[in-house]
Amino acid sequence: MIKQQFEATPGYKKWTMGLLAVGALALLAGIFFLAFSKDEHAQTRFWAVLLQNSTFFLLITNASMFFICVTTMAMGGWQMAFRRVPEAISTLVPVFSVLALIVFLGIIFGHQHHIYHWLDKEHVEQDPILKGKSGFLNPVFFLGWTVLTLGVWSFVGKKMRDLSNEADEPMDHEAGKAYVKKNTVWASAFLIFFGLTVGSTIPWLWLMSIDAHWYSTMYSWYTFASTFVSGMALVALYVIYLKNNDYLEYTTDEQLHDVGKFMFAFSIFWTYLWYSQFMLIWYANIPEETVYFKPRVQGVYKGVFFLNLIVNFLLPFLLLMRRGSKRNYTTMVFVAVLIILGHWVDFYQMVMPGSMGEHFSLGWFEFGVLALYAGLIMHFVGKGLASKPLVAVNHPFMKESVIHHT
Amino acid sequence: MAVKKFVVGCFDDEKVLFPAVSKVRKAGYKIHDIYTPFPVHGLDHAMGLRETSLHTAGFIFGLTGTTTAVSFMTWSFTKDWPVNVGGKPNFALPAWIPITFELTVLMAAVGMVLTFCYLCQLAPFIKKHHFHARATDDLFVMVIECTAKTNEAEVKEFLNKVGASEVNTQIADDGWWVGRYDRNEKLYRDEQVIA
Repeated sequence: MIKQQFEATPGYKKWTMGLLAVGALALLAGIFFLAFSKDEHAQTRFWAVLLQNSTFFLLITNASMFFICVTTMAMGGWQMAFRRVPEAISTLVPVFSVLALIVFLGIIFGHQHHIYHWLDKEHVEQDPILKGKSGFLNPVFFLGWTVLTLGVWSFVGKKMRDLSNEADEPMDHEAGKAYVKKNTVWASAFLIFFGLTVGSTIPWLWLMSIDAHWYSTMYSWYTFASTFVSGMALVALYVIYLKNNDYLEYTTDEQLHDVGKFMFAFSIFWTYLWYSQFMLIWYANIPEETVYFKPRVQGVYKGVFFLNLIVNFLLPFLLLMRRGSKRNYTTMVFVAVLIILGHWVDFYQMVMPGSMGEHFSLGWFEFGVLALYAGLIMHFVGKGLASKPLVAVNHPFMKESVIHHT
Repeated sequence: MAVKKFVVGCFDDEKVLFPAVSKVRKAGYKIHDIYTPFPVHGLDHAMGLRETSLHTAGFIFGLTGTTTAVSFMTWSFTKDWPVNVGGKPNFALPAWIPITFELTVLMAAVGMVLTFCYLCQLAPFIKKHHFHARATDDLFVMVIECTAKTNEAEVKEFLNKVGASEVNTQIADDGWWVGRYDRNEKLYRDEQVIA
């Protein structure tokens, strides 16, 4: 008997509630003690932490939809056995979009110029570099492009999930062909827009503009690699959780192995971009470029910066290298948690040096917001998984996934 | 290298081959090897072969490459011929990463190819006995080695029973030799007629 309908275990519900409660408490305390504080550092800390978490978790949930669209475009069949898992994760995109938008509105209308220097109009007038960028870095374009982006991600993502529901009904050969074609068209639309947003403009606007004088052509790809590898780690965690609770009969070690390969390969891809961005700037040694790495490599962020490299490259690289470790639930869970936390730290060191400077802190509020987002992910993914059968058994590529072998 | 007697069973389909493999193993016959026209997924598990250690060799070759690159560059740039390049430290690790990476990949790749050839006994002029020419086209050829206790007629009957389309006995060298097929195989062909 196939268990098609997901039901959250009591332990799962307890953890969700616990994390949400801790997170909500931290957020409330943050609003009272940080956001309404007279101290500018406390205010900046409040918004910078929210910016870090809202962009990071929005981008890793959107990475799930990217994974679905990429495998659809590649005519991939192997992922069909667990495709409803990334689908359920991508249901978070509209939710996290709204949260991120609230944070952006708060930063822009709260005039948080410690985070986005380009918000300060008088300063921009005197600054030729910021003035030259003001056609791009201004509140109207920022909010307009952000709203459009969030809308398109949510809309096309919804479209892809709706299309997936059609595979619950039996379809004949002709209908299957038309179905695959329809999927491909929508997936390609998503991917083109994904390239325009995550592949280029969105990381420039949301994160790189914190260090508004500085720029790097690697930055968007670096952000993408960071979020995609964490997104795959999240998928792996949910696949293993469901397998441990006797769901997803068709998903075997073979599929998990391929997810593990994604985690392994994109950890290396992330390192490649990390290194390319660092090495060129280190080598050329031009002050306007090294300004970005000065506080990170030599300043107070030194520890976080190098921890980042160890957790996100060295450990996944060595731990996931063996074939057996990609098929072992314990190692996969350990490395997946490591990757997600590691890239959370990566986003931390992307946001903080430019906004907090030397007054950074990593304490109750940072981890509290992390708990809040973890709780939200657990709550909404649980709901998304329970909303439909766990496997689209009538998808034309289903058989390919069942007999998949690496 | 030793000349041995083999019972050869040919199968038309991998669907017949897989149950036959498990039956032959259960009956206790010693499978010398199975020759297939294409890589058959899962056949290695069915035959009970151990996992290859080629990747371990690859890791060690890669590590050798990393160590060679880093130690040679450290020696040449800090001890043997220190040069001030743009005010950079002599021990300029970030600048050496590409060369380290390249040497790691080079040594791992070349080392693994050579190890693979060694393990599979592949080299120019190295020859092995072909049990059936159609093994490279459309036939799955299972070769069972006859030991002192094996009853040849019984094996042949058993192979026929599990679905072999063609069964014969061959006396052949189980290893490799250097030379040419037309000269060296003549010897075995004659013996086969006698057997």
